[in-house]
Formats: sequence, C-alpha cells, structure tokens
Amino acid sequence: MRPELANREPTTSREERLSIPTFYQTLLKHRLKLVKDAVSTLQINVGLLCNQSCRHCHLEAGAGRSEIMSARTMDQVFALARTGDFKTIDITGGAPEMHPQIDDFNERLTPHAPRMILRSNLTALARKGPSLMTLLKDNAVIITASLPSLNEVQSETVRGGGTFLSGIATLKKLNRLGYGQPESGLELNLVSNPAGAFLPPPQAGLEKRFHTVLAQKYGIAFNNLFSFANVPLGRYRRWLIQSNNFDAYINKLAAAFNPCTVPGLMCRTMLSVSWDGYLYDCDFNQAAGLPLENHPSHISAMTPPIPAGRSIAAGYHCYTCTAGSGFT
Amino acid sequence: METYYTPDDLPKFEQIGKDAPELAKKFFDYYQAVFSEGELTEREKALIALAVAHAVQCPYCIDAYTQTCLEKGSNPAEMTEAVHVAVAIRGGGISGPRGSNAKYY
Repeated sequence: MRPELANREPTTSREERLSIPTFYQTLLKHRLKLVKDAVSTLQINVGLLCNQSCRHCHLEAGAGRSEIMSARTMDQVFALARTGDFKTIDITGGAPEMHPQIDDFNERLTPHAPRMILRSNLTALARKGPSLMTLLKDNAVIITASLPSLNEVQSETVRGGGTFLSGIATLKKLNRLGYGQPESGLELNLVSNPAGAFLPPPQAGLEKRFHTVLAQKYGIAFNNLFSFANVPLGRYRRWLIQSNNFDAYINKLAAAFNPCTVPGLMCRTMLSVSWDGYLYDCDFNQAAGLPLENHPSHISAMTPPIPAGRSIAAGYHCYTCTAGSGFT
Repeated sequence: METYYTPDDLPKFEQIGKDAPELAKKFFDYYQAVFSEGELTEREKALIALAVAHAVQCPYCIDAYTQTCLEKGSNPAEMTEAVHVAVAIRGGGISGPRGSNAKYY
C-alpha cells in the first residue's frame, strides 16, 4: 500500500454500517457491468500542491502538500502520450499551475492530443502571471475552471476568503485574451460544485443562470458549465462526518442511482495517472486508493492500449457519478 | 430526549398514505404537480415553499426546503430574503390589528 493511504479510515466501514449496497451489488441488480471502453482520455495529476485547501477536495490538496510529479515521471507520461493515441489530455492537481515545469509540460504534450485541458482554480493561474496564460492561449489549451457558486459568501465557504473576486478577475483576464469568446476557438469551461452537503442543481438550468449572472454582473463570458456532485472522499468526507451530514448524504447518493448514467461514465474511457506515476481508472479512485484493476501498476510498466472489456475498480464513492443526471 | 420532532422522521412522510392510500395518492400527485415547472421555475417555487415553511413553523418543511432550495441552485442570500418576506407578512399580520384598534384610545 502507498504510504499516504496507510492511515486512512477504510472508506467502506460507515457505508456498511448504514447497510448501503455496494456499487457492484447495485450494478448487478440492474444487470449492468462497469468495464473499460476504448481509452480516449489521459488524465494527469501533476501533484497535490495547491494554494487553496478547498473543503470539498477529495484529494486533500493544499499548500502543505509537497507531492508533485518528478521530471522522470513526466518523461514517462510524455512517452505514453506520444504512443497512446489519446483524444484528450487532461492536466489536473492540486493546482497544476504551481508545478515548476508546468509550462514545458504543456508545450510538450499539446501536439499529442486534439484536445488539451488544464484544470484551474483560477487563483493559482493569477499568481502564476501572464506567461502561462499566453502559453495556454497560443496552444489553444482548454481551461476548465472551478467556480462553485455565483454567490461570494457561498463560494468562499468552500474555497477560502478572497478567492471569489480573485477568480472573477482571472476570468476577465481570460476573456480579454479571447477565452470564452465566440469564434475565438479558445474554450473556457466552468465547474460548479455544491457548497455543502447537497446535490447540485440540474446542469442546463444552472448553466443558463451562470451565463446570465456572470454576463450582467461582471461582463464575463464562458463556453460550458459542468455541475458535479462532491465526492465523499478525502477532506469532503471528513467534513461530512464532522458536520453530521455523512449518513444523509451517502444515502441520498445511493438512492439517486441512475442506471442510464453507467454507459457514459468517464472512468470507462479514462486512464488517470497520479503524481507518482501510478495508474487508476479515474481521479476519484486515486483518492480512494483503488488502483487500475485493483492492483498497483506503474506507468513505467505500461504499454498502451488498455484493452476494452477490463473491469473497473469501484467503491461506494462511485454513487457520486451515477446520481441523478450523473457525472460523465 | 423525547421530542415531537426528530430529523429521522422526515423520510417517513410518505407513510401518511398507509391508512388512506387513495387520498394520499391524490395529495402526492397534486403536490408533485404544484412543484413542477410552470409559469414559475422549480427554483422559485422552492423559495416560496421555504418562506411558507417558516411562516407555518414546520421544522420538517424548513429542513426539506432548505435542502431543496440549495439543490435547485439558490444561495443562502436569496433564501434569507425569501424568509424575510414571510417575516414581513407575519409581522404585518401582527401589527395590522394594532393599528385598526386605535379607535379605542
């Protein structure tokens, strides 16, 4: 077991006490299987270092985390990207902007997938200064930015003081560079997470509201809004337990299981690489310590492609992606 | 401690249909229709429900519609304003008779 996973509370004990069926049992009940399709997305977590310590962070990223991807692992990721025929490369963290080699890493990876995404909390991008923004623009990298809520207080409850207006200022800068503007070819997407122990509103309606409010109040434009439920792992799980919300939340997620979401789940087409080069079906399995095919495998031993039909490691947290309209 | 209101009872609400299923079905169908999108959005209806829940002082309704408001995309500032509407109407309802009874002095 990796050292940082050794001291964690097993993520099943509470769910078992609540008699929640395992995710596999629920799949079986609906005569569904969760297996790999052709892998088209390579998601790379470049580290857990972050300038924020968001309450809903399933990876428990923060300023005190020193785990970042080494140059050697970056080379191994690059080699995989070159041979893997991925449609999308998705860089995440932590705050990927805080990785000292992020500029070079972006440049090297860009030619190897039609779609390149950088996930940003906006405040780290602002700190990094204009050079990274310009580089992202020049390479037409898609920016997927976190903005939990249109309400300053609600947003800062999750992300910390001063983050809302800083995020708004960064969005304005990105708009000035052409991001989110019609016909520019520079895609700017937002991600909204609930600011507490509740599920997100339906995405279409929320996106409409975000477009209206951000345009009217701040003159900000963006392309798409993705609205995701928070995953009961890591820091968010601890907060749910401390605030006495865990039981109701996990029950709600399990009760909202929607079998129609299973075919489109992101884990079916994703390969997720952790900061230290281990492989997972998705970012949430990283946080849960559930490796690809349930046994640790490292990128150094990986030869693409991953065959379709392999079973996907799953836990109670998977109910997050199958609740309601799902997380695909 | 024994109490008339316990949070665990909220999910049991549908048990009101146990002894009168036909009436319960009519009520639940009506209830669902009332809260479905119409001229008002589901979000707006949830805010009205939250205000009414406070006016009728039903802890179950306050709990349920606090959560529903958040899940329909409202923020705490909007929810607080909605509750203030209830407060203002209740306040007016209390103050009004005081004004009309000025004839006695």
